[in-house]
Amino acid sequence: MAATQEVIKSEPIISFGKQEKKLIKDPLHINNPITVQILGVCSALAVTTMLKPALIMGIAVTLVTGFSNLVISLIRNTIPKQIRMIVQLVVIATLVTIVELVLKAYSFDVWKQLSVFIGLIITNCIVMGRLEAFAMANKPWPSFVDGIGNGLGYAWILIAIAGIRELFGRGALLGYKIIGPSEEFLINTSSTPLLSWYQPNGLMVLPASAMVIIAVIIWIQRSKEKSLVDIS
Amino acid sequence: MFSTRYVYVYTLILSAFAAISLAFFITIFKPLHDSNEAASKKKDILSSIAGELGQDPQLMSNEDVIKLFDEKVEQLVIDAKGNIIKDVSAEDISLATEEKKPLEERRYPLYIFKSKGSSIYLTAVRGNGLWDKIWGTIAIKDDMNTIVGASFGHQAETPGLGAEIKDNANFPKSFIGKEIFKDGEYVSVKVMKGASDPKHQVDAISGATITSVGVSEMMYKGLNSYVAYFNSIKNKG
Repeated sequence: MAATQEVIKSEPIISFGKQEKKLIKDPLHINNPITVQILGVCSALAVTTMLKPALIMGIAVTLVTGFSNLVISLIRNTIPKQIRMIVQLVVIATLVTIVELVLKAYSFDVWKQLSVFIGLIITNCIVMGRLEAFAMANKPWPSFVDGIGNGLGYAWILIAIAGIRELFGRGALLGYKIIGPSEEFLINTSSTPLLSWYQPNGLMVLPASAMVIIAVIIWIQRSKEKSLVDIS
Repeated sequence: MFSTRYVYVYTLILSAFAAISLAFFITIFKPLHDSNEAASKKKDILSSIAGELGQDPQLMSNEDVIKLFDEKVEQLVIDAKGNIIKDVSAEDISLATEEKKPLEERRYPLYIFKSKGSSIYLTAVRGNGLWDKIWGTIAIKDDMNTIVGASFGHQAETPGLGAEIKDNANFPKSFIGKEIFKDGEYVSVKVMKGASDPKHQVDAISGATITSVGVSEMMYKGLNSYVAYFNSIKNKG
């Protein structure tokens, strides 16, 4: 967990200026929670075999990081330092449970698929990492924006990995067949798939492939952004 | 530094607040959760006869599924000897609990779907996949022999491999038209590579050998429990 705290001074309560833009943009690229901060990798391996659960997980984590940052920032001056981690955990656990209840009510299928992983958002290092590094020292609005930004940074990596894995591992996207032989592995298809010679790659559906894809994303990112390269 | 007393009071208030807000959300979502849960099991059972229904029960609304189920499905509980056990509803029987009992004490749920004067018998089967349990509903026509539909579920099979028993609509479809008796003798349906027998074999999923063998075994053992009952119906008719 990052020990340094980043303090941002902003005057109005709610505004969307340069600083807020930076708070959203940085986690998408040069301060990405997965590829740069290397947080939340475990869930990135587990929920990325298909696009739909990855999308839902991305939305859930974005909401939890956003609102837990907001709540902690609102009460940051009242939190006794001795028990600050426990307070953070109570807030995160409450929000995650609410997200799970909402999912169970409105998207039962996805809840059945994701229920274990939703619970595990509580232990997702991104959420607590942002509380410690940002929300404890900043005003509510920038904290909320920072949470949403980090959630989105996590979500887009998840969606990219899941897209690659579902496309090459199952020849489909969101359950709709796109490439590969048409007579087998038929899932909800209405039209004839492209590239009928393509054999779905079984390795892509195994967790190890997510590790490889994350590594490739990190590789591409660092070769484009030299400032990220660790010189030491 | 905050005083110890402050810390205690703070913890109490925070916990109370978290508890009250969770209780609030659980209360307002309870009706939706209950209806989802009630419909989910019925959807899974009716999925096996999606072809007969002409629509996918998973896409139907909770109310429609519960109504269809109440109107057209009769519930029975039988034992391994084929006797009907009275005063129990099939929905109260969980194969997960039953499989821990000795063979002669086990009870099996049987759902009979009645439409247009004919009956379809929906049997429940449960077995082992590669990582964890797998289960399914097998729909059998009233000749007590021909399979008219199947649906499968699993706890933790590998997506894209073993999980295809559920995700790939073609796998359960391949069971349609298969027969479980060969010349009056129970043989079940085998899941195997290069299936050649058009009546008693279906193609396995490539790359998911252990799950496929698991389905094969589940079909054999699971349907075997219903054979005594099927024979008693056949003899009556």
